[in-house]
Amino acid sequence: MSAPIQLRPDETFILNVGPQHPATHGVLRVKMQMDGEYIVKSETVLGYVHRMHEKMGENRTYAQFLPNLSRLDYLGALGYTHGHVLAIERAAGIEVPERAEYIRAITVELNRVASHLFWFGAFVMDLGGFSPLMYAIQDREHILDMLEAVTGARLTYCYYRFGGLYNDVDDNFIEAAKRFIPRMRKSLKKYDALVTGNIIFRKRLEGIAPVSAEMCRKYGATGPVARGSGINFDVRKNEPYSVYPEFDFDIPVYHECDSLARYRVRMDEMEQSLRIIEQGLEKLPDGPFMAEKKPKTIKLPVGDYYQAVETARGSFGIRIVSDGDKNAYRLKLRSPTYSNMHLFDEACEGMLIMDALAFMGSLDLVIPEIDR
Amino acid sequence: MSLTLLNVIVAVVIAIAFAAVNAAYLVWAERRGAARIQRRPGPNINGPFGLLQPPLDGIKLMTKQLMIPGGADKILFMVAPVLAMAPAIMSFVTIPFSAGIAAHNMELGVLVIFAFASMGAMAILFAGWGSRNKYSVMASVRAVSQNVSYEIPMLITAITVVMTTGSMDLKAISMAQSGGFWHWNIFPSLHSPLMPISFIIFFICSLAETNRAPFDLGEAESELVAGFHTEYGSMGFGLFFMGEYANIVIGASLTTILFLGGWDCPFGMFPGVWWFLLKIYLLIATFIWIRWTFPRTTIYGLLNLSWKILIPISLFNLLLTAGLLKVF
Repeated sequence: MSAPIQLRPDETFILNVGPQHPATHGVLRVKMQMDGEYIVKSETVLGYVHRMHEKMGENRTYAQFLPNLSRLDYLGALGYTHGHVLAIERAAGIEVPERAEYIRAITVELNRVASHLFWFGAFVMDLGGFSPLMYAIQDREHILDMLEAVTGARLTYCYYRFGGLYNDVDDNFIEAAKRFIPRMRKSLKKYDALVTGNIIFRKRLEGIAPVSAEMCRKYGATGPVARGSGINFDVRKNEPYSVYPEFDFDIPVYHECDSLARYRVRMDEMEQSLRIIEQGLEKLPDGPFMAEKKPKTIKLPVGDYYQAVETARGSFGIRIVSDGDKNAYRLKLRSPTYSNMHLFDEACEGMLIMDALAFMGSLDLVIPEIDR
Repeated sequence: MSLTLLNVIVAVVIAIAFAAVNAAYLVWAERRGAARIQRRPGPNINGPFGLLQPPLDGIKLMTKQLMIPGGADKILFMVAPVLAMAPAIMSFVTIPFSAGIAAHNMELGVLVIFAFASMGAMAILFAGWGSRNKYSVMASVRAVSQNVSYEIPMLITAITVVMTTGSMDLKAISMAQSGGFWHWNIFPSLHSPLMPISFIIFFICSLAETNRAPFDLGEAESELVAGFHTEYGSMGFGLFFMGEYANIVIGASLTTILFLGGWDCPFGMFPGVWWFLLKIYLLIATFIWIRWTFPRTTIYGLLNLSWKILIPISLFNLLLTAGLLKVF
């Protein structure tokens, strides 16, 4: 609902949403100039969890920097480490065995489903419905258990290595993943019945917070946010990497541009991820999980390398400028949420605070990933 | 003289005890109910089924220091929680639990309860304004506009019932519905065929009046932190909490008396207080069920619902009932 009343800039007050506010899901601060419940102007303030990951990347060897990547986005960590190992492998010319690539794709997609599940719960909680979070967390728990068994971690994974994996998956994992797929499909149907069809839920999202495709391009928004605005862009399809070309999956795109479209994109993406996992488990080849020929210390040839991957939040890019040394001369991380978040200031002008915070929920912000 | 005074004191003490015990154990019931809905155990450590949780929570709240934020309006800040609790308890005085159990029956019982209920909005306004916190002020403004707009359809539907019964005495209203469920006001009668709709309107309004989900805009925790009681800790918060649950009991009781026949048995046998309690706890269970199922509405959706849907329907119902009463 766009502003039905005339905003009066002389009768406003400043509202600090955050850094400790239940809606920001982290330490994001939004300085809002308010006219009653309407937002006149908003300004996002960053830097509360800045940990200098980029600088750390320049001081550590490439392998030492690998665990840092999973501290960016604690909900979808595997995607970020995937980007890093892909960049290094391409630059150093390391051949990765096919089995490793398949396992990477399977685990990344599992992680994406886990991330979307948590987002789903938190988003409905932002709208005031608490119960779906508990259901979502229960489903996510199965994924975390599976990933814990193979990677040794539940949240901040460091599973991939340059040239392969830390270790191979066992039959238990494959069995569990196979059991998980039909269960998750059933859960998705349940969520649809419980949440998507709810009249209050629809009224709060339909037509609220339109973000045009043009605006997405202006701020460099990617991922489900851009796909909810009708931009058919997914790094997995547009700049294929790993074994994604082998899989048959669709990119859900919605043209409504509202919060509901962003919600639908993510819900459909979970289904598509399940399809990828299913195919991956079917096609999973035998063989080694680690490259045989691999330099002991990785030194990239002098040059400028960039690798983009599609994480749960959008296009994550890692740019490495190498001067031939063990560590990068300059390392730049392009995190998707950083761009997606900047939509917020422009899009929320004239919105009611409750719609704006629902909109913020639909952007799926993970603050440590914005601040890096 | 002294005997009447004693009677009144005993009645008031019982009313307070009933309200307090209900408030405490409804919190427990709500937490257990929510846990059941969300597939988790809920409070189960203290005592059997966690039944000692409410008294322990009470001790914790009472032993905490009452903090008054700097810059707050001290008097309003202190008065607000008491004002939230006191009217709720006072409303219990007029409620007839059965033909013989009522602290003090009044001829204008419906009016008394509505008068006390509207004081609850004042408590929220005082709390929000007195806290001197922007979130609290916004929340209290929301809550007050919500209460004002939902009192109107609630009163109109209550008037419909009063017209068909011909009395504002809660006891008389219950008596008029005795003798089996087909006499209850919820079912359409010759005089008021739209009664089921009135019941639904009344139920929605009592959800909104008690600031319960999906109308809990006054304490929308994901937007306004904790709403009007953000700055309250200790027993200040405790009183708000108890007041909320006491109000729920009042809302359920009033719904039972006006629409569900009070203490009347559905089959015309053994009317008594147990039927009354069964009915109000069923209604409260519905309140809890709704809260843990629905997301929150928006403020404009809420006001639109009241002004554009509930008020016209209840007004039409009132006119229809008045016309039919005149004809038959």
